[in-house]
Amino acid sequence: MTAIEIKNLTKRYGDAVAVDGLSLTIKKGELFSLLGVNGAGKTTTIKMLTCLSAPTEGDALLLGKSICEEPAAVKSLIAVSPQETAVAPGLSVRENLALICGVHGLKGEEKNAKIKVLAAQLGLDGILDRRAGKLSGGWQRRLSIAMALISDPQILFLDEPTLGLDVLARSELWDIIKALKGRVTVILTTHYMEEAEALSDRIAILRDGRLLCCDSAENIKKRAGTDRFEEAFVRIVKGGEQ
Amino acid sequence: MKTLALASRNTKEILRDPLNLFFGLGFPLVLLLLLSAIQANIPVALFEIQHLSPGIAVFGLSFMTLFSATLISKDRGSALLQRLYTTPLTPLDFILAYALPLLPLSLLQSAACYLVALLLGLDLTVNILLAIVCILPVSLLFVALGLLFGSILTDKQVGGICGALLTNLSAWLSGIWFDLELVGGVFQKIAYALPFVHAVELERAAILGDLAALSVHLWWVLGYAIAALFAAVLLFLRQMKRQ
Repeated sequence: MTAIEIKNLTKRYGDAVAVDGLSLTIKKGELFSLLGVNGAGKTTTIKMLTCLSAPTEGDALLLGKSICEEPAAVKSLIAVSPQETAVAPGLSVRENLALICGVHGLKGEEKNAKIKVLAAQLGLDGILDRRAGKLSGGWQRRLSIAMALISDPQILFLDEPTLGLDVLARSELWDIIKALKGRVTVILTTHYMEEAEALSDRIAILRDGRLLCCDSAENIKKRAGTDRFEEAFVRIVKGGEQ
Repeated sequence: MKTLALASRNTKEILRDPLNLFFGLGFPLVLLLLLSAIQANIPVALFEIQHLSPGIAVFGLSFMTLFSATLISKDRGSALLQRLYTTPLTPLDFILAYALPLLPLSLLQSAACYLVALLLGLDLTVNILLAIVCILPVSLLFVALGLLFGSILTDKQVGGICGALLTNLSAWLSGIWFDLELVGGVFQKIAYALPFVHAVELERAAILGDLAALSVHLWWVLGYAIAALFAAVLLFLRQMKRQ
């Protein structure tokens, strides 16, 4: 079943084209990565799919709801963990989770139960009363993902979730993201090759806002004629294999 | 409910910053005590407590602009607002949630100011309650300015524009620290074309129970507050769209 159908999605800022006629289909429960160097159009694509930015042309259907025609319906299906950690620094971990519960209309026991479940799922139990602004980058990312999961989204957008994290924190976050596979459709943007390869069911490689290829990591390597994913990426982006 | 969740978070963020507490509450009270001490030794009509305390009550509100502008610009910078834009919160929820917490804080601040003024010799009359009520349109003006600046400036720029420029403007052009008639000319005309001196004179009229003068200055303050709020809402919606 289709979760996201992107049809000729285009975003222009004046003469600059950030995303150029992107068309893609993403299956329900899939972990799908948008991979590209800086300026490839990954974050702009996410912003359009999450109704933060209107497309110049084209449309996308998220579980049948149009981002152009039904943004409120789309917002009720999705959640975003932005590139920046996007937590309230002066609030505790528990208060950050309660804030998002509140804006989604959860209160009382329902709210407390949700906080308990997510804290356990993301290993936040021990730091629930610590100020978010005092946490390390890795813990802030965990909190950011927990905040995104509060509304039980059917589609979750993770924009560069491991940016700036050390190897251990990244590995722990990978485990959390892997655990979401199958339950939630996850759209991940990254420019870490190994991350895209380790986590994704399929990977779309973008350059200058255009889709260069979209397939599983294995198939992308085969098509590029190499065993190394990073080398396959470089060949494709440089135009050696198209 | 949704609005309250965000409003409650905004209140906590403001109150948990010790600098906010110092500048929002402590600093105006320190000024009041200091100037009253000077007044006790070198009497100046302008610094008599019934003249000084309304001015300090208004001056303290300029820090509300700084608090709200800083909070909004930081939330823009940290992408917390971006996250919240993808939730069911409406533009009205955002505007109310950023504006509402500061109104009771403004009332508390002015009540504390007049309480200290009472200890320093201000006559205990019902006019003090009138002055505290009249602080509401003044605080609406300063909160709207915060929403406006927070929507267009980065947190560093907010520090310069609201923390330095606005607090100085509202001090120099308000007749709190010196009689504007002593300067006169264009300076006085500019001051009376802006809302700050009217806000101070509104409070002074309230303390004196001069309802005729109060209504004149109230319209000036309300006019500017509504205009600032209108501009703030437009600019907030514009940055929301740009996200």
